[in-house]
Formats: sequence, C-alpha cells, structure tokens
Amino acid sequence: MRYTSPLELDRPTQQRGHIGKPLNRVDGQLKVKGEATFSAEYTVENLAYAAIVYSSITKGRVTKLDKSIAEKANGVLAVITPETAPRTQKPPTLASRKGASASELLVFQDATVHWNGQPIAIVVAETQDRADEAANLIRVEYETAEAAVSFDALKQTAKLPPNVRREPSEIRIGNAETALNAAEFKVDNLYHTPRCNHNAIESYATVAVWHDDGRLTVFDSTQFVTGFRDTLAAMFGMKPEAIRVIAPFVGGGFGGKGVLWWHTALCVMAAKVVNRPVKLSLSREGTFRATGGRTPSEQRVAIGAGKDGKFVSLIHSSTIATTTHNNFFEQVSFPPRHLYAAKNFYIGQKSINLDTVANTYMRGPGESIGNFSLESAIDELADALKIDPIELRRINEPTQDPTNNRAFSMRNLTLAYQRGAEKFGWKQRPPRSQKQGKWLIGQGVATAYYPHYHFPSSVRVRISADGTAIVQTSAQDMGMGVATVLIQHAAEKLGLPIDRVSFEYGDSNLPRSAIAAASVQTVSNITAIEAAIEKMMRELLAISGANSPLAGLKYEGIEVRDGGIFSKGTPSKGETYRSILQRVGRDSVQAEATEGEPPEMKKFSMGSYGAHFCEVRVNEETGETRVSRWLGSFDCGKIINPKTATSQFRGGIIWGIGMALTEETLFDERKGRIINASLAEYHVPVNLDVPNIDIIYTDIPDKYTSSGAHGVGEIGITGVAAALANAVYNATGKRIRELPITLDKLL
Amino acid sequence: MKDFSYQKAESVDAAIGLIGQTAGAKFLGGGTNLVDLMRENIERPDAVVDVTHLSADIQQAADGTIRIGAAVKNTALANHKLIRENFPFLSQAILFGASGQIRNMATVGGNLLQRTRCYYFYDSTAQCNKREPGAGCDAIDGINRIHAILGTSDACIATHPSDMCVALAALDARVIVQGSNGSRMIAFNDFHRLPEKTPQIETELRDGELITAIELPRNDFAKRSLYRKVRDRASYAFAVVSVAAALEVENNQIKTVRLALGGVAHKPWRASAAESVLQGLPATEANFQRGAEAELKNAKVFAHNSFKIELVKRTIVSALKELAEQRGTNS
Repeated sequence: MRYTSPLELDRPTQQRGHIGKPLNRVDGQLKVKGEATFSAEYTVENLAYAAIVYSSITKGRVTKLDKSIAEKANGVLAVITPETAPRTQKPPTLASRKGASASELLVFQDATVHWNGQPIAIVVAETQDRADEAANLIRVEYETAEAAVSFDALKQTAKLPPNVRREPSEIRIGNAETALNAAEFKVDNLYHTPRCNHNAIESYATVAVWHDDGRLTVFDSTQFVTGFRDTLAAMFGMKPEAIRVIAPFVGGGFGGKGVLWWHTALCVMAAKVVNRPVKLSLSREGTFRATGGRTPSEQRVAIGAGKDGKFVSLIHSSTIATTTHNNFFEQVSFPPRHLYAAKNFYIGQKSINLDTVANTYMRGPGESIGNFSLESAIDELADALKIDPIELRRINEPTQDPTNNRAFSMRNLTLAYQRGAEKFGWKQRPPRSQKQGKWLIGQGVATAYYPHYHFPSSVRVRISADGTAIVQTSAQDMGMGVATVLIQHAAEKLGLPIDRVSFEYGDSNLPRSAIAAASVQTVSNITAIEAAIEKMMRELLAISGANSPLAGLKYEGIEVRDGGIFSKGTPSKGETYRSILQRVGRDSVQAEATEGEPPEMKKFSMGSYGAHFCEVRVNEETGETRVSRWLGSFDCGKIINPKTATSQFRGGIIWGIGMALTEETLFDERKGRIINASLAEYHVPVNLDVPNIDIIYTDIPDKYTSSGAHGVGEIGITGVAAALANAVYNATGKRIRELPITLDKLL
Repeated sequence: MKDFSYQKAESVDAAIGLIGQTAGAKFLGGGTNLVDLMRENIERPDAVVDVTHLSADIQQAADGTIRIGAAVKNTALANHKLIRENFPFLSQAILFGASGQIRNMATVGGNLLQRTRCYYFYDSTAQCNKREPGAGCDAIDGINRIHAILGTSDACIATHPSDMCVALAALDARVIVQGSNGSRMIAFNDFHRLPEKTPQIETELRDGELITAIELPRNDFAKRSLYRKVRDRASYAFAVVSVAAALEVENNQIKTVRLALGGVAHKPWRASAAESVLQGLPATEANFQRGAEAELKNAKVFAHNSFKIELVKRTIVSALKELAEQRGTNS
C-alpha cells in the first residue's frame, strides 16, 4: 500500500521562489471529491467489525460478565473479555519516548476498572450493526470501589509534579507575594477552564490485518504512525519491522490522535482472536468514553504594578488534573514564564490524580488555557491602571526571556500589535459604551504565544534519472497541509519545479518522522530535508566524475538551481541531475538524514507570538455573545505557504471561539461519567458562530531555524479566549473568569 | 442497532393495520429523531411502519382553517406562503430549529413526537423514569442547566425540545389522529402531557394511533407574531429558552395576546397566566413585565437552571415590546 500525493499546481514550471507562495494544497481535490481514503474506509477482504462494551462504573472490578446471549446473536464471531484476550505487555507511553501510549495501564488484561467508560468487552461480528447490537446484550455486574472524581474536593491536596515537560514545575524569582502586597496597583483573581474533548470530525478508527507470516498491518487515524508501531510492537512482543501502521489522511486530530488509546490495541487483539481483519471505529460516544481530552484547571493570576505600569510582581499558580497512570501535567504555567518582564515572579503548577480516562494533549495544551488566565489578568490590570492594554504590554515587553534569561531568537510581538492595531482600527473605549439596539458591543485584545519546538525527524530524498524527486517520511497530515508545504520546501531546495517533486508519507515503513503535534512536524522535517539534500548533493558531486562540468567543485562552491548543480563562481558551469545520472548510468541517487534538536534550542528562548483583536456583540437581554470581527496578527518567522498557514491560524482561532464560548465536557461527579457525549450537546462552533477572520503576519525569518520558519499549528488558538473575554468585558462591564462564557454568566 | 422489520404503509388505514401487528412497533417519519434514538439504543422497536408519503398536503378550507398533513416536511411548512403570511412565528420557529438537512427530512407529525434532549435520558447507564419507569431521575440532583422550571414533577424535569411546537401551542392548533376506532381531534395544548408520575407517557396518543394532520384555525392575531429563540450558539442548538408571541392591540389596549414558551417544561408551555393578566391592559413594558412575573410565579428551579426564570421573563418582555413597536409603525 503506497500513497503518493498527486499534484495540483499553481505554477508547474517555476523552479525557484516556491517558499512564500500560496500554493494550493496538493490533496485538496482528492478531499473535496471524497477520494481521500481515511482509516475506516480501507477495503480489506473478509473484514469483521468490532464494538466495545464500556464500563458504567468509575472504579472497581467486573465480577460477572454474561455474554451468553450476545454470543448467540446473529452474525457474532466472538465476544472477547480481558480473560480471553491475547496477553500483552505494558504499553510504552509517549512520555517514555519508546512508544505513544496515552497511559501505562496494561490494556484489557484483567477485570479492574480504572475509569467510567473503560472498555470491558469487545464484540466482533460480520457487520457493524450486528456487533453494536450484540454489545447491547451483554450484562455486567461490578464490585465498586471509592473513586476520586471531584476536582474541587481534591484541589487542596494538589502536589507539585517533579517537572513539567522537562521544565521545573515551580519558579521563584525574588519574593512575588511581598512585592504584590506592596504594589500600588494590583489584580489577584482565580480563573477556571473546563474539561474539553477534541471532537475531530473523523472519529477514531482502526483496521487491523494479521498476515500469514505473522506480520501485522494497521490502518489507524493517528498523528504518529511510528509511535503507534513501536507501542504495538512492545505490547505484542514483536519486532517493529513486523508491523506497519498506515495513515495518509487523518480527519483532524488536535492532539487526541497523537497518543494510542485502547481501541487500537483492542482491534489488533480482536483480529488475532477471530483470525480475520477487523475494523474498530469508535462511535462519537465512544470517543468520549475511551479517549481522553483536556484537564480542567484552576489558575490564580496576580499582578502588581507601579503607576508607570511596570510589573513588580507576577504570580501564576495553577492546579490541573491527571491520573496515576499517565502523569501528564498540562503545561498551563508556560506562558507566564516567557511573556512579560517583572521584578518578582512566582510561577507554579500543581496536580491532582483523578479516576478518569487519561487526560491528554489538546489544541495548544497548556498555552491555550494558561494564556486565558494571564491575558485576562493583563486586561484587568490595564483597566485598573487606565492604560491601553496594548500599551501596558509594550511597557512590560522583556528584552530577554524573563525567567531563563536567554536571548530571544526572534521576537516581534510589539510590531505584530502595531500592525494589528492599525489594520483592525483598535481604539480603547470605556466598558459598556457601545450599543446597537439590544446588542452591547466591545473590543478586546490578547497575546498569542506558543513555544518553538523541534523533534528528531528522518527524511529520505531521492532524485531519479528522469529528473524527478521524491521526499519520503512517515509524517502524518491531519489537514494542516504538511504534504504541500514539504513539497514546496523540497522543490525550493532542489531547484526543481513543484510538479517534479512528490511526497510519500503516512506509513511507518518510511523514515521516521516527528510526531504531528506540538507544531513541530513541518519545521522538524524541513531541517531533515535540508540535511538529506546536502548529503545527496555531495554524493552527486562525488559520482559526477571527471567528465562533468562540475569536476573539481566542492560542495561549498555549488548552488542548486534549474534542476541541477551549478558553480557559484561560474554560473554557466553546471549539470542537471538528469544529465549526471544518465551519463553515469544510475537510475537514481538518494540520501537519508536524521536531524535532532538543534543546539540553538538550548541557547535561545524560542517562541512564536501573535496579537488577537476581536469585536463581540452581547445581547443585553439574553446574554448571548456573538463574535462579529476578528483579526490575528502573527509573528511566526518566515511563512512558507501563506495559504495553508493562514488556514492554520484561522482554524486555531475558530477552535478558540469554541473554547471561549461553548465547549465543555459535562462531568457528573456522582458517577465520574461524561454526560454530554455527543456533538449535539458538546457545542463546537458552527459556521454562523464564526465571523470573517483577517490574518496578517510579520513574515520575519528566525535567524536560528531552517528557512527561518516556525510551526504554526497551535499558536492560533492561544489567547483567543482571553481576547474574547476581554471584549465581553468591554461590551458589558462584566468580567467572566470561567470558561465557557455561556449566556447565564452574563445575565 | 437491533434487527427490526420495515414496512411502508400505502394508506392511513394500512398504516394503522400494520402498526397493530407488532407490539411496540413505531411509525417512522423523517427518522431524524427515532433513528437517532435507535442508534443510541434508547428506542428498540421490532418494527417500523413508514408513513412519510401519507398526507403530505397543506390545504385551506372554506372557513380559513389550514390543514397540514402529518407527513409534510418541516422545510415545506416553513416556506409555505399561507404559513409565512398568516403565522410568521410558526415559520420562524421551524427555521430556527435543527439544520437545513434535518428540516428537509423531518415531518410535522414526527416533530410533535420528538423526545427530550435530557443527557440522562440519552445515557442508558443513567437512571431515567422515562426509559425505565420507577428507576429514578438522575437529572434532578445532576447537571440540569438545560432542564425544566415549570410543571416539573419528582419523577422528571426534562423539557420538550421542539421549536415548531412552541408556535403551535400559541395557535390553538388541533391535532388530528386516527386509530383503529376511527379519527379524533385533540387540542394541541392537551396533546403533550406534563410528567407527573408517568413521564414515560408523553402525549395523549393512544396505542396504535397515527397523527394524520395538524389544523390551524383562522385567526387575526398571528400575523403580528414572532419567535425568539435563545441558544448557546448561533445555530444548530436546542433552545435554552424560547418564546412564541403574538399580539393584537386595539385602542392602545391588548385585544389578543398569545404566548408560549419552549425549553422550560415537559411540553410546549402555553403561558395562559400571562395571557389572562395582559388581556385588556395597555401594551406597556410594565404590563408585559407583570404578565411575565405571573407566568413564572410557580417556577421551580434546580441547581443549575435558576437563570432561566430571569431569562424567560426578559425574553417575554422583549418579544412583546418588539411586537408592540411593530404595531406602532405598521398601523
């Protein structure tokens, strides 16, 4: 099974200047025509279908599971319980860097129940309907144990984790509390963000195929094909090479598909038990039961300032929830570490353990919820100081990273604000001063921030004697446009027209790409592509021989253009790839490179920044909030493809509108159970909730990254909820410190 | 989904005959709610009888009564000239509900029989007296922001989800039903029941009876009417609360007022208390407020829905104010 992107081109003949061009996405037509194949759509012969029975208790054990009726139901092939399931080893977690499991719990190996919604039985049948119906016929008895489910009841017992994504969980500079008490102006408030679930439009789906020779092929909606392969290999005691995980198209992931949840392994087990290929596609309810989302958080933000607006104290103290079996401490405390100068800091984040499905990465984990509290507090202080909130941010703009004292590799936030303010027409008006009919109108701003990360990634590049090139890496594309951007980047670096470069990805048999998460995939792969191309150019020079016009040239003396290699000093001297390979009788030349974290990451404070500007209308009678205008002004280095990058920014802002106004996973603490496990009752924004969104960006390259680029996947959502809450305050005079901003909070 | 038989009825009589053949069989309209509930394992009929091609006409009788066949699609009803001109709030209510795709499938008869969106009704592991009489109600002490504040009982605090039915409740509509013993008429406001001790019985329909039509008697008040829907997002969300209002003012006095509320009760709630207070009074904001207060006097709130009292009052007053102002500019 091999997938190569077909190309839909803007300018097929152009050979340079691809970077910065708004190239159409290469898979756009396929998707619009419904021809892109997603995991659940692979046709495999003799396929059987699986359904899951979920626990209805939170903690305890299954004491009796009556499967007699289900087993006799029409079309049922097997009912599998932990007792009858294949034995597996502990799955390596993503944090261990040996796999990608969401949790370290043994999967489906005993009768213990760890969370409400945990899979406790699998039914395999000839059709999905048969499997679903038989799952309804299983009767379960439990022995329940006391469960920890209440965030509020347990938050007093929260503890500092050993670290937060390898950063200290607590930072003290000076004495923040004393400085706060002495400050002339101060704000000190608690902010709350709720549980949320990803709700990608493509549900989670797996098709598992065991081959006669013991190999395994898995089609899975994943953000990390090689991570899933490694996890399954460890669980089933197999060599990674014996497993192939395929996912060329993923219908949205948003972090949820970056880790392996139970259903993937259960599908593999089921296929083994019935000795047939099996598909396990989670229902929408199933995604809420068997996969995790965002932790709830409580955050205290206190800022003390002098009359001049300069911060003397910045306190960000937070509590989040995780579980004993995954220990994911969502990095809610990261934004205040990098955004503002202050004389004294206290930043700390604590955690409690709940008996729920493992929490996980979701849409700018940490930064999106951390920025809500911080950027709301800045607005509250600006109001107290009677200073324009943009000016207050400018006054406290740091010259170096305020908590680790490193120089910034790139930071043009003030410029992003200036340009944004101009384009948006920013004018600070008093709260509750604008009205149209029954609609109160208000504007708000907030800073966007997301760290620049870079994970190890491997890429293979091959040039063939016909003058075409192919880039191969196991990367995943959930819709953000990685295929398009990497083709663009490779074509630029190879001096080839876009239509001569193809891209193969979404397959664990290819060189191991970084995970499609943390906004790293594109930037990590462009670095690896550059390294692979350099290797290949050296190889081409070496094989070109004495008869080539390139004879005697060193790598340092060449430039790559017009489909070949040319002398920097004598531009007329050069030879095309095609000519070299045909002359020396080679079909192709290829090189593979792996690039890890560049040393700059440890020397500089590297982040992406942005400024959100928005206008809201709040119905004075009903409290309904509608967003009427949005402008995002970003500082994310050099933008490789303005079209796909703008879509990424917009998408992030739309999710931010959902986070601010509607999204909340309702959790009934009496049972530890999610009760709105449906898209009808979990409200994501619909078209009518989304205004026209203007995007501008500085386009200033970061001197310390490949092509000057930063990831753009996650920054869009950060700061959105704060900008919106600040606009709601400006419209109504009411400060809402608890998301989502539903109408009842504004009555 | 469990196995079930599907039969398409060729006539109303045939439909009634077919439904009697299988215990627990259900009539199938557009399926936008029933099929969903079957997928969720909440409805488990052994047989469905498709009635979507029966009685799909909208006709006006000599006395002005408009008769809407039960199989008329929601979209067709909302867009019909007679409805848009004579009962604008009915048209608005339908168009504020669901999505274009759903409205194109959903039938008028089926709309009346929509089941509640209570979270606990949908979760088969929760206690719900509707699903399992006597089991208890998890909503009463649970998460109940979307639940009822009027006409609740110790057995159930669910709301009726329809928008269309709120307008119908204000219109003195009639539901025509047919069973094996012939046809009968049920006043719309008697059609849906309050939960009392039997929340599993949601309407006055008897076993095997089919809704064949809705009748709207001619009136003069509904030309000035509007439907206000307050919701958590701009589209595709059930009403947090809604108000269907019609107002006729003569010599500055309220000649006719019709008010019905959605999102507040187990049935589309005709606000009769408000109507009787307002009858004959000057059409002023203060009086509208008095009417709203009268209607909500007996409201009972739960942990998360106390805001609904104020929200409903504001929405009633706002809707009536807007109608009163419209009158000022129109006459």
